[in-house]
Amino acid sequence: MLRIRKRTNMPLWQQWLVRFAAIVLALLLDAVIIYLLTKMNPLKVYSTMFTGVFGTSRRVWNAIRDIMMLLCIGVGLAPAFKMKFWNIGAEGQILMGGIAAAACMIYLKSLPAALLLIVMFIAAALAGGFWGFIPAISKAKLNTNETLFTLMMNYIAIQLTAFFVTFWENSYGSGIVGTINPETQKGWFPPLFGQMYGLNVVIVLLLVVLVYCYLRFTKHGYEIAVVGGSRNTAKYAGINVPAVTVRTVTLSGMICGIAGFISVAGQGHTISTSTAGGRGFVAIIVAWLAKFNTFVMVLISFLLVFLEMGAKEIASRFNINDNLSKMIMGVILFFILGSEFFINYRLGLSKAEEN
Amino acid sequence: MNVFITLFQAAISFGTVIMFGSVGEILTEKSGNLNLGVPGTMYMGGIASLAAAFFYESACEAAGRAPSPVLMLIIALVSAFAAAAFGGLIYSFLTITLRANQNVTGLTLTIFGAGLANFFGGSLNKLAGGVGQISVAATSKVFRAGVFSFIPAPDIIKKLFLGYGLMVYLAVIVAVLVHVFLNRTNKGLNLRAVGENPATADAAGINVIRNKYLATCVGTGITGLGGVYYVMDYVKGTWANDGTIENLGWLAVALVIFATWKPLRSIWGSYLFGIFFWAYLLFASALTRRSQELFRMLPYVVTIIVLIIVSLRKKKEDQPPEALGLAYFREDR
Repeated sequence: MLRIRKRTNMPLWQQWLVRFAAIVLALLLDAVIIYLLTKMNPLKVYSTMFTGVFGTSRRVWNAIRDIMMLLCIGVGLAPAFKMKFWNIGAEGQILMGGIAAAACMIYLKSLPAALLLIVMFIAAALAGGFWGFIPAISKAKLNTNETLFTLMMNYIAIQLTAFFVTFWENSYGSGIVGTINPETQKGWFPPLFGQMYGLNVVIVLLLVVLVYCYLRFTKHGYEIAVVGGSRNTAKYAGINVPAVTVRTVTLSGMICGIAGFISVAGQGHTISTSTAGGRGFVAIIVAWLAKFNTFVMVLISFLLVFLEMGAKEIASRFNINDNLSKMIMGVILFFILGSEFFINYRLGLSKAEEN
Repeated sequence: MNVFITLFQAAISFGTVIMFGSVGEILTEKSGNLNLGVPGTMYMGGIASLAAAFFYESACEAAGRAPSPVLMLIIALVSAFAAAAFGGLIYSFLTITLRANQNVTGLTLTIFGAGLANFFGGSLNKLAGGVGQISVAATSKVFRAGVFSFIPAPDIIKKLFLGYGLMVYLAVIVAVLVHVFLNRTNKGLNLRAVGENPATADAAGINVIRNKYLATCVGTGITGLGGVYYVMDYVKGTWANDGTIENLGWLAVALVIFATWKPLRSIWGSYLFGIFFWAYLLFASALTRRSQELFRMLPYVVTIIVLIIVSLRKKKEDQPPEALGLAYFREDR
């Protein structure tokens, strides 16, 4: 009989070794899948992925842009998830932030550029925060299931986006907004250090540090950890659980709203129902695997974006469907999720009399 | 009147997809596993049936035979059930044996299933050396043939109730079977005990792990049948890479709440969702494109309202399984 025992004392380097081994195993399995599909040397495939991501400086910056986006959402989700509030409504919160930012770009373009960006930032944060506040208050007052509530809020946000797109569509009936303010570039992120996505990096890294400190060193962060550990303990310790819930999830929604702002102002310069594009779901996995440590999230976001872009490169090189990237990502995530078991538990053979 | 008939038929079609999804998920959740991978397993079921039908039809064509209708049905259904149950097996192994988090594992299953299905849906034909979109017209025709159209009845009755393909009736049968299993059999009682309180069930001699594995795999297999209906009937034997299955899968998860974990409620609940979804057809002439988009929020808004009402009323029989979403480790007691 196999015996499973809990362990809490695995050294950090061993933990990372286990995760690394899981990723290597997953890459091997993926290599087999890719080989069966393309009949191409898997090593060559991975080198193709590498050039796909790092081949040109433009590609590197695109990768950085995508990493920052995923990271921003992951960082936004961290406070809620640490409190064990399953906010799977990031998609909707991003879209609401995006709608607010786009609305400011369209209706307030007479404002000076810097002021407009600040207004957009605030509007997006408020809109995203509001989208988090609704399920949070419902959870706090009525104890509704937040997983399903936030999920439904996603679809309402998608329909709202579709609604606003019909208002703002460029050339009537086209169904797309197109680039907003293409001539004046009002509400666009200005290039920073000569880089188009410089400001994206600055804002997101600032959030990484701020949220890390917020969760680690403030009274709020401590309360979040206690509520996440046990709601009853939190109640007993005199923590106002409903208030902490509402505050934390609203904050979480605000950061996701900011991600929507970055997506609209710093990346696409437009809004559509695919502005969030499933990243809100992927970011949940980022936040979870990083154990809510925002610095570890940088690493995981990098890994996922690398895989996604690399797989897309393979797909276009071999003229196959680029959903391959999602499949590869799924396999790797399965392996990483499974590897946590070997970090948290010790396996051993038990003696017969113990059964 | 014609609008009404169209709405009714559209609601039944729509409802059938999410009925399979929700009934399967009810079975899974009754074991205490909250599987957010329903869209993924529906995708896997859909693509497996499409691929299997595709290879069977091509093989028959190559051999110069006409494909057998019964075999077409069996091949599509069995392959879909197996593929989706395999998704459930991955989920079970990770969450039950390796004790990974249920929500995150389920979401990963959704990403994986969607990627897998859209990949093969988009490139299966090319990989097999063909050109253009994949299509399994013959199998789709068998699935869409009206099962009860031979019964003599007024035209309107035929249109509203008798003219649907096999899967529409199968969905209702599966829902009733799951209801009977859960509420009228000992095994069902055992399964519910596992979902309510695994430690007690374990002490009473019920094999918790086996129950969870079986309920999850069979449940996800049933959700896969929703994918079959979508592929074979809803989009008529082709592949639509537009994310509709994903939306329907999430609606199926929502419908579990709406039905308060009761398969029989999910029967009329899914048709009701279908009516909500297509309700704008009734007012199509009065609505602009804009207001249509707002109207389409209806199913989601209604689900939220139901969620709130359920938690307000706090009726005991409407609550989720007590241990839903919690992992059970015997050693933790």
